[in-house]
Amino acid sequence: MAAINRDDVAHLARLAHIEMSAEELDRMAGELAVIVDSVKSVSEAAGDDVPATSHPIPLTNVFREDVVGHTFTAEQSLSGAPDAYEGRFKVPAILDED
Amino acid sequence: MTENNELIRSSAAALAEKLAAREITAVEVVQAHLDRIAAVDGQVHAFLHVNAEEALAVAAEVDAIRAAGGAEAEALHELAGVPIAVKDLIVTIGQPTTAGSKILEGWHSPYDATVVERLRAAKMPILGKTNLDEFAMGSSTEHSAYGPTRNPWDLDRIPGGSGGGSAAAVAAFEAPLALGTDTGGSIRQPGAVTGTVGVKPTYGGVSRYGAIAMASSLDQIGPVSRTVLDSALLHQVIGGHDPRDSTSLPDPLEDLVAAARTGNVEGMRIGIIKELHGEGYQAGVENRFNEALELLKGAGAEIVEVSCPNFKYALGAYYLIMPSEASSNLAKFDGVRFGLRVLPEEGPMTIERVMGATRAAGFGDEVKRRIILGTYALSAGYYDAYYGSAQKVRTLIQRDFDAAFAKADVLISPTAPTTAFKLGEKLNDPLAMYLNDVATIPANMAGVPGLSLPGGLADEDGLPVGVQLLAPARQDARLYRVGAVLESLLEAQWGGPLLAKAPSLTDASSAAGAALSHGGSH
Repeated sequence: MAAINRDDVAHLARLAHIEMSAEELDRMAGELAVIVDSVKSVSEAAGDDVPATSHPIPLTNVFREDVVGHTFTAEQSLSGAPDAYEGRFKVPAILDED
Repeated sequence: MTENNELIRSSAAALAEKLAAREITAVEVVQAHLDRIAAVDGQVHAFLHVNAEEALAVAAEVDAIRAAGGAEAEALHELAGVPIAVKDLIVTIGQPTTAGSKILEGWHSPYDATVVERLRAAKMPILGKTNLDEFAMGSSTEHSAYGPTRNPWDLDRIPGGSGGGSAAAVAAFEAPLALGTDTGGSIRQPGAVTGTVGVKPTYGGVSRYGAIAMASSLDQIGPVSRTVLDSALLHQVIGGHDPRDSTSLPDPLEDLVAAARTGNVEGMRIGIIKELHGEGYQAGVENRFNEALELLKGAGAEIVEVSCPNFKYALGAYYLIMPSEASSNLAKFDGVRFGLRVLPEEGPMTIERVMGATRAAGFGDEVKRRIILGTYALSAGYYDAYYGSAQKVRTLIQRDFDAAFAKADVLISPTAPTTAFKLGEKLNDPLAMYLNDVATIPANMAGVPGLSLPGGLADEDGLPVGVQLLAPARQDARLYRVGAVLESLLEAQWGGPLLAKAPSLTDASSAAGAALSHGGSH
């Protein structure tokens, strides 16, 4: 498996929406390379015949009655928001106008 | 002060009995713990928020009900009036919930977690919210954005993590009970290094509704206490089906308290996991572990050896699955719906750039590391090799457990490879930090329950050692049965609880240096 380098980390940080300084990218790339190296043995552990487990104790068809359950008021939902306007979340521009 | 000393050192079970007999009042009990928090938490820093007013009000309500007598008094839960601390990853109305992160500083949840609702229904006063590694990511509580918690046995050492606050609160007699969460050992490992008891229930055995998710397929809420019986009592309060958590098991809860009260290991097969002791484990940890085996053998258990050859892949698979799930769970912290919003210093003010600046400022290093690692493991081109392989390892670990439980009724190992290390010692070496969870992670990967209880003090440093018991899924009662026996045999040897040997923390008004020298005197 490929090692992780600084360009990879910069790309991943953009995907994860975390701004990183040059210094942070350097440090993170070094630390992650060590971690990735130590976990790569898992790819050799299991053959193709081993099924994947996504959930430790699988439950199937977990449904409830199709009735309205507990809901929050708009006020409760907005109570922790950094910014709100007339009962709605207020966000900065969605599109970059240039 | 002597009276208070007796109250704060009592087990939850003993407090419950005295409250029911009206020998003491719930207000006295809560006040004694609030006084203790005021006296020692400046040194220990187990609490991020103290909930004095509400806790006293609930206690007064319990006292009034008991004083009035009649049907309402009869109907009180046996733990009514016994106070508890709650890990600050679990949401509570009326108190802030920070998850140990700057991104949620000052945030108040509009709802209670199911476990908190159940505490309120039992009328257990909530003393406050305890410190943790940010979003429960860590093994030392040093990754909290609000400063580390210190180990009451030695204030220069870590209390374990991520639930170091809950474990330290209980170890320092600031609370008789606490709630924790365990994703890879965050209840059991702090229990081990602070000389306390901690239980990770079967996955789905306790509702996760209202626990801020790190890795949803691994996270589990569970009890933290000083005795095995107290954990069983608390487990019984918080356990059982919850329709608001779709992974909650529909099974009726077993009688865990009865299991703890009638502990018996006669004829039980207890399996030593070959891969979880020996090389890499501190000598003092190994010694106390071997003595525990001898005691269990003496009590009539049959000790067998089992092998779990795929456990060697567990840590690696965990550090792929957990960050993958965490990276997606933490995507919701976007500076829009709750918590922090940070505006970029220059350039266009778009939502994407606000999100990038908010997450850069709001998340600490370990959280960023895990989000990046998870994003990597889930990337196209790497998914099969990393996440896919890790999920297959999960199957192999489950098969290892199945084979082991065919030969043994419960399994046993040291909880952590070492005793508490010094603050700062592993902070700059993420991989060394991750290795603390090598013995606790397999249980989360397979969903089986685990309990850690004090096994004694290591010869080389005089610090607590933890013994871990593991049972098959849905067989949590076995942990309490065996744990209660081992606890009583060990306490008979020690002449009392292990925590009686812990240094008494001096009053916060006296110099912190005095407490530090206590810690070093072992």
